[in-house]
Amino acid sequence: MRRLALLLALVPAAGPALAQGLPSLPVFLNGPAHLDTGNTLGGAAPYGNPVADDRRYANVFFDQFEGRLANGSYFRWDGQGWVGDDFNKLWLKTEGRYNADGRGLVSDGDHELLYDRPVSTYFDVQAGVRSDIDSLRNRTWAAFGVQGLSWGFWNLELTGYASDGGHFAFRSNASYDLYITQRLVLQPQMEANVYSKADRGRELGSGLSDIDSGLRLRYEFTREFAPYVGVAYQRFFGGTADYRRRAGEDAGDLRALTGLRFWF
Amino acid sequence: MHRNARRPGPTLTRRRFVAGLGAAAAASLLGPRAARAAYALKSPGEATVPVTTAYDLVVARGTTDVSGAVTAANTINGGTPGPTLRWREGSVVTLNVRNEMPEVTGLHWHGIILPNDMDGVPGLEFAGIAPGESYQYRFPVLQSGTYWYHSHMGYQEQKGLYGALIIDPAGRDFVEVDRDYVVMLSDWTDEDPEDIQNKTKYQSDYYNFGKRTVTSFFADVERSGLAPVMKERFHENGSRMDPSGLEAPSGDTYTYLMNGLPPDRNWTALFRPGERVRLRFINASAATYYDVRIPGLDMRVVNVHGNDVVPVAVDQFRIGVAETYDVVVRPTADRAFTIYAEDLGRSGFARGTLAPRDGMQAEIPAHDPRPLRSMADMGMQGMMGKDQIGASYPDGSRIGGIMGERSAEVTGKRNLGKLAGRQPVAKLPDGVALDDTGVEVQMAPKTITDRTRTPGDGLNFLPRRELSFSDLRSVLPAVDDRPPTRTITLKLTGNMQRMIWGFDGKKYTEVAPIDVTVGERFRLVMINETMMTHPIHLHGMWMELENGQGRHRPYLHTLSVQPSERLSALVTPVATGQWPLHCHILYHFEAGMFRTVRVLPREA
Repeated sequence: MRRLALLLALVPAAGPALAQGLPSLPVFLNGPAHLDTGNTLGGAAPYGNPVADDRRYANVFFDQFEGRLANGSYFRWDGQGWVGDDFNKLWLKTEGRYNADGRGLVSDGDHELLYDRPVSTYFDVQAGVRSDIDSLRNRTWAAFGVQGLSWGFWNLELTGYASDGGHFAFRSNASYDLYITQRLVLQPQMEANVYSKADRGRELGSGLSDIDSGLRLRYEFTREFAPYVGVAYQRFFGGTADYRRRAGEDAGDLRALTGLRFWF
Repeated sequence: MHRNARRPGPTLTRRRFVAGLGAAAAASLLGPRAARAAYALKSPGEATVPVTTAYDLVVARGTTDVSGAVTAANTINGGTPGPTLRWREGSVVTLNVRNEMPEVTGLHWHGIILPNDMDGVPGLEFAGIAPGESYQYRFPVLQSGTYWYHSHMGYQEQKGLYGALIIDPAGRDFVEVDRDYVVMLSDWTDEDPEDIQNKTKYQSDYYNFGKRTVTSFFADVERSGLAPVMKERFHENGSRMDPSGLEAPSGDTYTYLMNGLPPDRNWTALFRPGERVRLRFINASAATYYDVRIPGLDMRVVNVHGNDVVPVAVDQFRIGVAETYDVVVRPTADRAFTIYAEDLGRSGFARGTLAPRDGMQAEIPAHDPRPLRSMADMGMQGMMGKDQIGASYPDGSRIGGIMGERSAEVTGKRNLGKLAGRQPVAKLPDGVALDDTGVEVQMAPKTITDRTRTPGDGLNFLPRRELSFSDLRSVLPAVDDRPPTRTITLKLTGNMQRMIWGFDGKKYTEVAPIDVTVGERFRLVMINETMMTHPIHLHGMWMELENGQGRHRPYLHTLSVQPSERLSALVTPVATGQWPLHCHILYHFEAGMFRTVRVLPREA
C-alpha cells in the first residue's frame, strides 16, 4: 500500500486528516514541521557526518624479524608503520641488523620518516628524511620515493636519496606472496642499494653496493602472526665488497633464517 | 517473570513478555517455543507476535553467546536481535527509544516511507539519541509487508542492534496462508567491527580464505591449457584484482544466524503436512549475501521488499544485504526440511528447520561451488570467450574452463545464455562517461552489461530454478505513470586495495548532496564499476526497478547491483529532507559509499 503515500504526497493539501491529531498527510511528510528541526535543507550537514569515511588509522608491520644463522649469526629487522587517513599519512620505516658477535653492535641501520600520499590506484609517493643511525658514522638524507602494488602483485618500494655533500643514493625493495595453500605462503624478496659516491665512514663503495635477497616460507596462523623459515643471500659489490674483504668477510653470504612476520 | 511467562493461561501475558523482551533473550530463556513465538505471525495453537502501536525500546550494552563464547553485544530490550515489531497499515505508531549505551545511537526503520526526522540516521536526519536520552518516533504507517529496523550509527548494527518489522495490511492480505513466520538472517562477530574495518584497510583480502593458489593454477592449466590460463592471469596481474575476492568479512569471523540462533541451535518453524507456510526472509546482515534454499520444497516468491509480486516458483534465491523476500512453501510430507542459507563466499551458513514437530532435523546440504568473478564482472566480457562461468571447484580452478570451453557440458547448451560471460551489453546514458582509474577507482570496465536476467555468480550455472530481477512482477501496477523528466546517473566506485568506497569516484565527505524536488519524476541509473555486488539502499522513497515488466515493475528499497552491471529505476521523492543513498554493506558505507539525496520543497 505505497499508493496512499505516493498519491497523497503528489496532491498537495488534499490528504485526509490523520487520526490522533496528526496533520494531513502531505503536510505531515512535507510540511514545515519537519523542515525547521535544524535539519536545514539549505545548509550542509548540520549534525556532522553520518559516516566516518575520513577517520584515522594506524598500522605497524614487520616483514622481517628474523635470526640469520651461520658463522656470526645476527638478527635482522625490517619494519614499517604509518598513521593517517586515506590521503595523508605519516610513514615510518626502519631496518637494520644487530650483530651478536660482530664488529659493530648495530649495522645497516636505515630509518626513514616520510609523508605519504596516494597518487594512483596502487601507488603512493613518499617524501621525507632518512637517517642512517647505527654503530658506524651517521648520515642524514632527504628521501623521495614511491611505494605500492606493482604489476603482477609485486610489492615495490623505490626510493632516491640526496645528502648535502652531493651524495646520492637509491634503494629498491620488492616482494611477492605466492599462496601455496590458503595459509602457506612463499615470499621471494629482494633489496638493492646504490650509492653515487664512496663513503669511508659507512664502509660503502660507489655504484651498486649490495643486494639482500630472501626466500621465506611462512605459515599464517592468522594474517597478523606468521612464523617463517627461509634463506637469505647477501652479495656485496665493488668498494663495499672491498671493505668487507679487508675485515675478513666474503662478498657473498648465504644463510638460513627463521623469524616472524607480524603486523597490528 | 520467568515463571509468569511459562504459566499456561491467557496468551496475552506471554505475548506481551515476548514482544517486550529481546527475541534472542526470550529464546535462550524459554526454549524452542518461545524462539518460534518471537518470529511467528500466524501459528495455530501457539503464541505469536502481537500487533502493537506503542513500543518502549531500550538500547543498551549486554552480552550474547551465539558464537559459543559470551561476548559483549548491543541489545534492544535486553537481547539481540531486538523484538519483532508488528504494526498495522493505517495506524499511527509511537516508538519511545531510550539510549542506555555510552554512545549516540539512532534506530532506522528500513524501507518505511516517513518524514525525514523519523528516519533515524544520526549525523544527517537528526542529531541522534545521546547517552541517557530518549527519542520519540511517531508516524503514520502508510504501507504493509516485511521490513526490518536497525541502528544507523557507526558499527552498532553489527553488534546486535537490529530486529524484524512486520506490517499487516489494512485490508485482506493477497497471500493466504496457514502459517506465517519471519526468517531473519544475520551475521555475528565477536570482533570489534572497527577492528574489522582496520584489518581490511591494512590487508584487503584479510578474510578471504578462498584465494586461488598454486594448485588452482595447475588444475586450470590441466583443464584449459597453458595459453588461456596465462592470458587470464596476465590480465589479473595487470588489474591487480583477485577474482576470488567476494566478501569481507567472511565465515572466518562470522557466525551466521537465523532468527538470532546459530546453526547448531536450529531455529524451528512448525507445519502440518499440506499447510501453506509463508516464510519472510529478511537479510539483516552487516555484510553478507546469502543463497537460500529449502531442499525438497518448491518456494514461491510472493512479496519482495514489502510489496506483493506475482508468485515465482524457484528452488533458490540470492538475498542481498537489507533485502526481504517472502516465500510460500507447501510441505506435504511428514518430515523435517532444512532452511539453508549459505554465504556468498561459501564460508559458512545459517540454518533452521521447518518441521512437523520440535526437535526434528533434516540433512544439511554441502556447500555449492564458490563464485569466482568472471571477465564480464571485470568489465571485459568476451575477452576470455563468451561462456565463462563465474564459479570455481574446491581447488580454486574455474568450472567450465578458463575460456568457458566446457561450459556447455556443465549447463547444457540451452542455458548458456544465463552465464556470467554472456550478458546483453548495456548502453551508457547520454553524456555519461565511465571513470578512469585512480586512487578511489580501481576498475575501468570496458563493457557494461545488463544482468536483470541472471541471478548472479555462482548460481547461473546450477541446475535449479533461480530468481533474477526480471522475474519480479508487481501485483499492483505502478502509481506514477509520468515519464521521468531527467536522469541521475550514479557510478558505483571503489578501490578494494585501499578499502575506499564511494560513488562517482568520491567518498561521502568529498562531495555535495544530489538535489531533487519533491514530487518530481527522475530515472536513477546505477553503473557498477567494481567487481563486488553492492546493495544500494535509498531512504524515504521507492525505487521502481525497470526490469522489463512495464507498469508492473517492482517497488524496491534496496537494489543489488552486480559487478559491471547497469540498471535503472524510476523514482518519485515523496518527502522533503536529507535522505541517505548508500551501499548497505556496513564496511562499504562506513568507508564512504554514501550520498545524500536532498529532497527540496517545490517552491525552493
